[in-house]
Amino acid sequence: MNHQTERLYLYPVWIRIWHMTNALLCLILIITGLSIQFSNPTTVVKFNAAVTVHNLAGIILTISYGLFFLGNLFTPNGSHYVISVKGFIMRLKKQFYYYTIGIFKKENAPFPINEDGKFNPLQQVTYVVLMYGFVPFVIISGWGLLYPEMTVYSVFGISGLDLTDLLHITAGFGISIIMCVHIYFCTIGKNPTSNFKSMINGYHESH
Amino acid sequence: MIYKANIRPAWVVLLMMMLCLLAFTMIKTSDNSSPVNKKIQAEQETSPQVDLTKFKNAEENEKCFKCHGQSKYTYENPDSKKIVNKRMYGELVMNRDVFYVSNHREFKCIDCHSEDYGTFPHAGNLRMEAIATCIDCHGGDEKYAKFEFEKIDTAFLASVHSVKHNQDFTCWMCHDAHTYKINARSNEILKETITYDNLICLNCHGDLKNYQLLTDKAKPNILKKHEWLPNQASHFTNVRCIECHARNEDTLVVAHHVVSKSQAVRKCESCHSKNSILYASLYKYQVSEKIQKEGIIKGLLMGESTSIGPDKSNTLNIISLTIFGLTILVIIIHAILRIKK
Repeated sequence: MNHQTERLYLYPVWIRIWHMTNALLCLILIITGLSIQFSNPTTVVKFNAAVTVHNLAGIILTISYGLFFLGNLFTPNGSHYVISVKGFIMRLKKQFYYYTIGIFKKENAPFPINEDGKFNPLQQVTYVVLMYGFVPFVIISGWGLLYPEMTVYSVFGISGLDLTDLLHITAGFGISIIMCVHIYFCTIGKNPTSNFKSMINGYHESH
Repeated sequence: MIYKANIRPAWVVLLMMMLCLLAFTMIKTSDNSSPVNKKIQAEQETSPQVDLTKFKNAEENEKCFKCHGQSKYTYENPDSKKIVNKRMYGELVMNRDVFYVSNHREFKCIDCHSEDYGTFPHAGNLRMEAIATCIDCHGGDEKYAKFEFEKIDTAFLASVHSVKHNQDFTCWMCHDAHTYKINARSNEILKETITYDNLICLNCHGDLKNYQLLTDKAKPNILKKHEWLPNQASHFTNVRCIECHARNEDTLVVAHHVVSKSQAVRKCESCHSKNSILYASLYKYQVSEKIQKEGIIKGLLMGESTSIGPDKSNTLNIISLTIFGLTILVIIIHAILRIKK
């Protein structure tokens, strides 16, 4: 059987720069966030250093997310995040079957990557929840913690600051879990490193 | 044909964010302020006039307040028979409204002061009258055992205030018996207690006139001295000065062992950690009181923020660690199966 590699230019420069910046910032934010959350005198990253870096990275993430947001509003990249409602559950099931069973039987991916759809249904729903749910949520709650005097004092009798803190940590935790799964799923490609290379040179390799 | 919704999620999120911003602005405008500000607002709206008929000793005390209740007093000169208007020395002016909401409101003036003050003009030797300190009345009294006045006295005597200024610095410097009102143990609003306690410190450390009653040194610029403190305004309004400037003791809600500035807490982790010093004294007291009144869940959640950062819930830690562990386990199993097949 002839395995011919097809190279598709799917990731323009702005997406690659944004993606790398985002990845780096998320990593910094997770490490410093954990240092703040589990701060004690023996923590590797000292509390004040962790807070400064976390705040700075959070501010840059806001700018970076703003650019991503605008990019998705005004460039064709946004169309990848539009979920086609009709038959979506069925497609989701197909993709889930592939990841849990089909992949081990060496079956072909049900939704191969092409110019019209660079995300499979499962990726699509995850990225929408991540980029339009968790990330804006973590950014807004983060700003609420950066300016605690701006935060609503109490919500139904619960301290507004504590609630913001809890929601920020929960959203951050959600992002961390998705990031772990995302990195692992990136090894599912032509070979384990091909998807990582794609994010450097912009070309997706399929076979 | 696959149906595609022609609205991008980004537009939906933008619209939702604008609605959230609008809702937040409306909540903020209606909420307007913390309970502290609300209380101040309420106090400003209602007249602070005290109903003297409620106090059994008010009539008796009025003999003193007639002169000491305001900045000017009037008397008839027995020789010239003229009416004389004089200004009362500032320290001797007592505000009725403040006294009658203070802890000692039920007392007669002459319970603490000599009965001879009943005669005017007051005899010169009355100036030598010894002024009682807190421990003189409250020491060894079973009724006040929970306040641990003896412990407070020991801590105070070891404090930099007492050691440096000796006899000049008494309880009265911070707690005027005419105006003192219990706060930390009775006030459920943490922020109000913090403001109240910090104002005691600022009364001297933020006011040159009072500061120089005990020293010739120039008043330190508190804002400049605390420049190193990140988010300074937030720290000043959410933490009591004594948390960093006094040695905290578990059973004392208000620490009295004030230490020198070189011994003050400067490490962020001292507060922002699981073993935070903030969880001693006032915060511990407030949480345990709330838990007793409202139950564990409400008590922990309904409290006011103490410190952002340190993990407060072991349950949440276990849940998050389990989810994280399971995710990694599934990834490992999936990877192994992929490699094997």
